[in-house]
This record gives sequence, C-alpha cells and structure tokens, in this order.
Amino acid sequence: MAANLNSISIFMTINWLQIITGIFVGIASGYLGSFMILRRMALVGDALSHVALPGIALALLFNLNPFLGAFGTLFLGIISIWLIENKTELSTESLVGLFFTVSLAIGILITPDEELLEALFGDISQITLLDTTLAIVLSLMVILVMKLISKKFILGTISEDLAKSTGVNVGKINFVFLMLVAVIVALGIKAVGTLLMGALVIIPAIASKNITRNMNSYIFSSALFGLVSLVGGILISNYFSFAPGPIVVLVSAFIFLLSLIFVEKK
Amino acid sequence: MLCKQPNHMIWLFAGKISSIISAMKNDVVLEVEKLSVSFNENKVLENISFSLKMGEVLAIVGPNGAGKSVLFRALLGLIPHTGSISWTADIKIGYVPQKLGLEREMPLTVREFLSLKSSKNGQDILPVLESVGINIGPKNEHHLEHHILNRRLGFLSGGELQRILIAWALLGNPDVLLFDEPTAGIDIGGEGTIYNLLHKLQTSSKLTILLISHDLNIVYKYADTVICLNKSLVCFGEPHEVLDPKGLSDLYGGESKFYQHIHDH
Repeated sequence: MAANLNSISIFMTINWLQIITGIFVGIASGYLGSFMILRRMALVGDALSHVALPGIALALLFNLNPFLGAFGTLFLGIISIWLIENKTELSTESLVGLFFTVSLAIGILITPDEELLEALFGDISQITLLDTTLAIVLSLMVILVMKLISKKFILGTISEDLAKSTGVNVGKINFVFLMLVAVIVALGIKAVGTLLMGALVIIPAIASKNITRNMNSYIFSSALFGLVSLVGGILISNYFSFAPGPIVVLVSAFIFLLSLIFVEKK
Repeated sequence: MLCKQPNHMIWLFAGKISSIISAMKNDVVLEVEKLSVSFNENKVLENISFSLKMGEVLAIVGPNGAGKSVLFRALLGLIPHTGSISWTADIKIGYVPQKLGLEREMPLTVREFLSLKSSKNGQDILPVLESVGINIGPKNEHHLEHHILNRRLGFLSGGELQRILIAWALLGNPDVLLFDEPTAGIDIGGEGTIYNLLHKLQTSSKLTILLISHDLNIVYKYADTVICLNKSLVCFGEPHEVLDPKGLSDLYGGESKFYQHIHDH
C-alpha cells in the first residue's frame, strides 16, 4: 500500500514537471509559430528542426544536456544558411532543404541506436527539474524578445521597404527572429522530437489563422492552441502510455480540424 | 528604347541651372548629384542630377523598367548607390509604396497596421484618416469601426488601400511624401480622388510631393516639375515644356500617342 502511494506520488511529481514544461513551451511555440506563419516560414521551421538531430547526438556522446547540442547545431545551421544565402542566389527554402537532409543523414549515423527514437520523436517522461527550469526561463525569454520586436517584424513582413523607410533594421530583426526559432525548436524537441517539432509551431498558427481576423487574436489563439496541444498531448499520452510526440501532433491536428468549421467562405 | 538623346545634356544642364537657382533661394529640400545605381554590374540608374524645392510637386515619368521605383528606393536610402543624395537636415519623409507584400488573408486590420507606426498610442490615427478624406465624425462611427479600422488590410480595394497607405505615410507629420503609383489595381474614379487628395494635402499641409506616375494627364494637372527617366535623366522641367511630342518620343521611343491622348481630353 505504502509502495503504491509512493509510486503514485512519484508519478504525480514527474507529471507536474511535464505539465509545467508543456504550458511554457506550448505557449512559446504557438506564439513564435504565429510569426513564422506570417512570414510563410512553415516549411523552413519544419525542416530546420531536423538540423538539431546531429546536435542531440553529439550532446549524448559527450554527456551534455541535449538542449545545448540541439541549439548549437541549429545556431550553426542558421548562420550557415544566412551566409550561403548572401553569397549565392539560392533561396532560403532550398538551402534549408540541403541542411535538413544532410543533418538528418549525419544525425542518424551518429545517434546511438537506443537514443534515436527519443531524438526523432521526443520523450518528456524523463524530464528533470533543471530541464523544466530551463524551459520556463527560455520560453519567457523568447516571448519577451518576440514581443519587443513584433511591430518591426510584422512591418518587415508586409513590406521590407516600408520597414526600412521608418528606420527598422530588417536584417537585424530577421536574425534575432531566427535565433528565437532556434531556441524554441531546441526546447520543443524534448517533448515532440526533431521530426515532429514542425507541427508544434505550424499547426496552432494555421488553426488560429482560420478563425481570427486581427493580429492580436491571431497571435493569442495561436499561443493558446500551442498550450492546449502540448499539455493535452502530454496528458493523453500519459494516460494511455503512448509516446507524447505523436499525440501532441494529433491533438493540434484535431484543433486544426475544428478550426475549419469556422473558416469563412472565400 | 532611347536612353540618351542629343538633348539629354541640355536637360541635364537645365536641371543644374534650376537646382542652382533654387539653392540660392535656400528652399531646396533635396539635392541629387550624379546618382547612379547598379545591380550586379548592371546599371539601373545612371548619372541622375536634380533638385526638389519645398512645397513642389515633382513627377517622375518613364517607361516600365526605367528605374523609377529604384530612384525612390535610392532616395530613401534603401539601396547602395554612388553620387550624392542630400536631404535637408531633420527632414521627415513619408513613403507610399506601390504595393505591399501581403497575402490577402493576413490577419492584420487597418487599425493594427496604422498602430505599427503610430507613436502616440493610436491617438494620431484618426487625424491622418481624416486628412485622407475618411469621415471620422460621431455619425460615421459605425462605418469607421466596421468598414475601415477593423477591416483586414488584404480585403481593401485598390483605392482604399492607397488611401490607407497615404494615411500611414502621413503619420508622424512628414515634410515630404514619396508616392509610388501602382500600375494597376485602381479604377479611374478612385484614381481621380487619390490625386485630388494629394493635391489637397500639398496645399493644406504644405507637403512636398515626389510622385511616380504612369498617367501623363495626372502629371500635366498636378505636377510643378517633371523628371523623364529612362535609366538616365531624359528631361527635367515643367510638364508643358518638356512633355512635348519630341520629349515623349525621346522617353518612350516614338510612342507619341500619349501626347495625342492627353490632348483628346
């Protein structure tokens, strides 16, 4: 009986860490995702998340926090894409395509077999207090920084010339934004894995876009859907003992389906 | 297409003289000297010199690909160039772009769009809407809220969007307005009112206006000075002086039907 209670309380503790992480990462992913969709960066964000795989593998090999490894390769990937983009006439989309496949190839080769599934599809069950603290701090940071640059970012999305003519440093804003994307992707990978992270930034935003007609409510409900998807996914997967990653994606897909009901006729 | 005509130098010379004269009057707001712009070693603008006086309406005309919008972007400091562009110190420039890179469904209302530039917590939005001819009185509150402020930017008609873009440019009380006319998308009726509006703004707010126009009727009607542009400066002067059949065929390569068209009206 005592052992039983003990195991329940342990289960509860782990669960709360997962839920709190889910709340913050979910809000931050949905929030940032809404801006990615504004920029038509859906596929870029999706593909970019795969760049994290070799980083996770390296972190596992050297016994570091996987977040650091993921962020490291994402950071390098973004810088390289940015540099090659300035050097050649290739589009970001095509370069991301290159980096995504190469990273996936390297990642699969160097990730230890027993860790591969976790890296690809996420595993939040072993989350530590440190992970949760990191997730809270970084999620809040991402939201705060994005909030600060949001006006300039939106303006740059509508018209780069218009933004520059009012003194916005579009290049700088875009760079900061990509760094935020790297942080949020590295954070979300813990929960949903590199293969499914794209869903966490894309689906809440497009569902929100279906039902909203102004920027404030679009961004707000995207963040809300991110939260519901991640927390709902974690709860359901814990209950049925499924892997959380796929369930999170399915919950957000369900929200998207519901949003289709409210989409206005063209 | 004719880039350089024998009279090109004369016009350049005339431009120089007029800029010297206006500099003497000390009301020049913009002085452009030997401006050239290249994209990948491809010259898009070559050796452009002209000046702009306070309160003047300067129209830029020329065929497609003549570099009209490039000239604007250079004047705004958006692209690298050689030569000099000197604006009067502390001058405020409002820019009305030809179009926005905006998808129709983008969830951004007119109010939110204007708030991106508005500095006074939205307090300055109503006055600029009024100055672009939108009724803001209490009687019009419903219309203003539902059909303008809360409407999505992508759902505005061409003429409405132009109006809102001008309102945007007017936020912050600019001294100079750079207006890049869209090639398409605005019906004739709407177009007439936009130019009436610009004319009104020029006289009431003492705005200096630089406008790119595709409609020579507009240029005749509203511009004090005109620049004919085709990579280089083909002409610079008052519309009725420089937009004669000769000048137009120099600019558009023999398509003097524009001239006929104007005189049919």
